[in-house]
Amino acid sequence: MRKVAIVGVGHSRFGDRRDVNLPELAFEAAKPAFEDANLTSKDVDFLSVGTAGGWYEEFLPAVVVSEYLGLSGKGLVRCEAACASGSAAVATAYNTIASGQNDVAMAVGIEKMTEVDTLTAVELIGRAGYYLWEFHNFGMTFPGYYALHATAHMKKFGTTEEQLAEVAVKNHKYGSMNPYAHLQRAIKIDDVLSSRMVAWPLKLYDCSPISDGAAAIILASEEKAKSLTDSPVWIEAIGTSSDTANISKRSGYTGLEATVIASEKAFKRANVGPDQFDVADVHDCFTIAELLAYEDLGFCERGEGGKMIDEGQTEIGGKIPVNVDGGLKAKGHPIGATGVSMMVGLTRQLRKQAGKTQVPIKNGLALAHNVGGTGHYCYVTVLRS
Amino acid sequence: MALSPPVRRLKSRPITFVFEIPTDKLREFWEGLEKGKVYASKCKKCGKLSFPPTADCARCLNKEIEMVDIQGEGEIETFTHIVIRPASFQSQPTYTVTVAKMNSGVTVLAWLTGAKLSDVKVGAKVRLAAVQSPDGPSYGFTLVH
Repeated sequence: MRKVAIVGVGHSRFGDRRDVNLPELAFEAAKPAFEDANLTSKDVDFLSVGTAGGWYEEFLPAVVVSEYLGLSGKGLVRCEAACASGSAAVATAYNTIASGQNDVAMAVGIEKMTEVDTLTAVELIGRAGYYLWEFHNFGMTFPGYYALHATAHMKKFGTTEEQLAEVAVKNHKYGSMNPYAHLQRAIKIDDVLSSRMVAWPLKLYDCSPISDGAAAIILASEEKAKSLTDSPVWIEAIGTSSDTANISKRSGYTGLEATVIASEKAFKRANVGPDQFDVADVHDCFTIAELLAYEDLGFCERGEGGKMIDEGQTEIGGKIPVNVDGGLKAKGHPIGATGVSMMVGLTRQLRKQAGKTQVPIKNGLALAHNVGGTGHYCYVTVLRS
Repeated sequence: MALSPPVRRLKSRPITFVFEIPTDKLREFWEGLEKGKVYASKCKKCGKLSFPPTADCARCLNKEIEMVDIQGEGEIETFTHIVIRPASFQSQPTYTVTVAKMNSGVTVLAWLTGAKLSDVKVGAKVRLAAVQSPDGPSYGFTLVH
């Protein structure tokens, strides 16, 4: 396997982006990525497009995006891993370079979720489990799935609704400093606790918003990367896992087994431990998901996620800063864009270009944790400067 | 963050999907629900018990299965009350989804009906039974008092 580096990153503004269509939104992310790498479409051998799709008009989104970016003729694939589609696109682009097939590849993550009405979006994401057994008769929703985990975690470990709210408050604080974030405003605990019930015990402000957005990165082989930049960010390892479609077939509801397995694989391959990272982006599609991630990734002991947020250990200056770009919660969660967006934010951190939310870089290590569905897919990526 | 000013849009041609889902291979399961029975599948070769049922056994690759009645009692592992409902559930009032471990050994996700919300708790005893719904045969829980 060859070494692979991130040599260019770009990010669109996340939010209600009904001012642009699908490929125009992709362009907003790809243009700065090309410029950052000092490359043009001619230099790219392969494009992977991460998108869940279904809520916008294009049936073959990858070809539409590829044509618009001037990449027709290059290798092309569309990757779907639900909310981890972006990471699947990164992993696919990475693999084509690591294997020696290509020298330069682009991964674009994109989603347009606001072209359908909100309840149709709720319907489509609710079907993102097992339609036949959990949606047809029981109308499961995405917040509902994570609510099952919140209920179980609260019962077993005494985690409180206030602790869940603290996650939202932290991520909104950092989101308010991110010019690309969907929700750029700070909130208070009471704003979360008094917000509308969505799926008990999760309230509106426990949930990531329905967002449009795109992110893009350019990856290169070691030789190519060294010729392009003095500050490559290396993809050290990618760990992947998955779990049952039926939530009822899981071993329990106080964690996501896919996260445990994917992170163990990634840490082993990169020869690192969970206490070595300078910064992490974890999959906080709901507040409870961030606390599960702390425990599943080994940032704290099992059951101590609530304590970790209480103590501010995941703020900048704490034991490990988490989601200092605002996370999915405040930055927004355009499903397919999220995994690539994590790479963009963490690359800027490792390059010390993160502005107001720059964390101290000591070990030069960053972690991205991207979950698809309710632990149906998991991608854990280790980056090193 | 408000967008400025309202933007131009084109309405796509509308499209409606209704999928016709094959249920032949689990005919006994679906007909069982209509007759008031809830079955899990059991592999005739390795004995693996599955719920929801499967027509094939992924563990030993055997295609011979039998149906085992799993009605009876179980215990709530977790639950949620779904307030914001999907587009196709708008005519339905708020509902409670429960995951319960059955005495028969399988875990079942279904609605819990007829209970006071304050009585729904992790660890509470529930009973599973077949239910006839307008959308087809189903199954659900009630609280055991």
